[in-house]
Amino acid sequence: MIKARVTVTLKNGVLDPQGKAIEGALGSLGFSGVGSVRQGKVFDIELDDADKAKAKADIEAMCEKLLANTVIEDYSVEMM
Amino acid sequence: MKTAVVLLPGLNRDRDMIAAIEKVSGQPPLTVWQTDTEIPPVDLIVVPGGFSYGDYLRCGAIAARMPVMRAVAYHAARGVRVLGVCNGFQILLEAGLLPGALMRNASLKFVCREVKLEVANAQTVFTNRYTEGQIIRCPVAHHDGNYFADPEVLARLEDNRQVVFRYAEGTNPNGSINDIAGIVNEAGNVLGIMPHPENLIEDAHGGSDGRALFESVLEIAA
Repeated sequence: MIKARVTVTLKNGVLDPQGKAIEGALGSLGFSGVGSVRQGKVFDIELDDADKAKAKADIEAMCEKLLANTVIEDYSVEMM
Repeated sequence: MKTAVVLLPGLNRDRDMIAAIEKVSGQPPLTVWQTDTEIPPVDLIVVPGGFSYGDYLRCGAIAARMPVMRAVAYHAARGVRVLGVCNGFQILLEAGLLPGALMRNASLKFVCREVKLEVANAQTVFTNRYTEGQIIRCPVAHHDGNYFADPEVLARLEDNRQVVFRYAEGTNPNGSINDIAGIVNEAGNVLGIMPHPENLIEDAHGGSDGRALFESVLEIAA
């Protein structure tokens, strides 16, 4: 079995009101010096595949087709 | 004109939409379920609002990949009129039938209130019963209505006059770029709109400013 971790983040320049709210909450907890927070999503995926290169290509296709909205989000794939 | 309304689990404005279409046209619409791979010949397909698939992953993301949406895309490419309202707008964007994306409201709050809309283009099949620049009342109810598109897409939308409805000055409830509330595709046969015109079509609703949209697209005799 092959495991992969996909991280989806908002593109630079796309406003992230949720990140801003988290940033504010960290400040009110007393964490000073938080420059900025951007939030995103993590997907841990297990594949039956044995071929790592094919698995990576499949995961990237999954990102393009569903896991990320490439209008506003970037993704990165880490094969575990 | 014949209409089909798309049904998906988690939608909750479908009955309002069906009632509005029946009220305005005198004909009840057909309904098609998410697993249907074909839609009978109709003149208008409507994707109503709600919370399809619980807004999991992203609003409209799962619904947009259901078989029925391939049928919607097939008909849209052949000129059939398609209207997506609220979650329906999100679904059309996720399905790639309209450009851009709808993000979390800038306030982070769910907004449920009435806003004012400016009819920014009255020369579409969806708006020809309005007048250009007309200000209408319309309810909104959403958490993710903050329209975003990159600068090139935005410039193209504006140049082609694809922005059909804007939140009137001072009433933008969600931070949408350029106050965008509704857009059409380049061909002009697909409209996505965040507010709910189907909830303002008769006096019992407290107003009927949304009615002209249905009279336009369904070509109801004046």
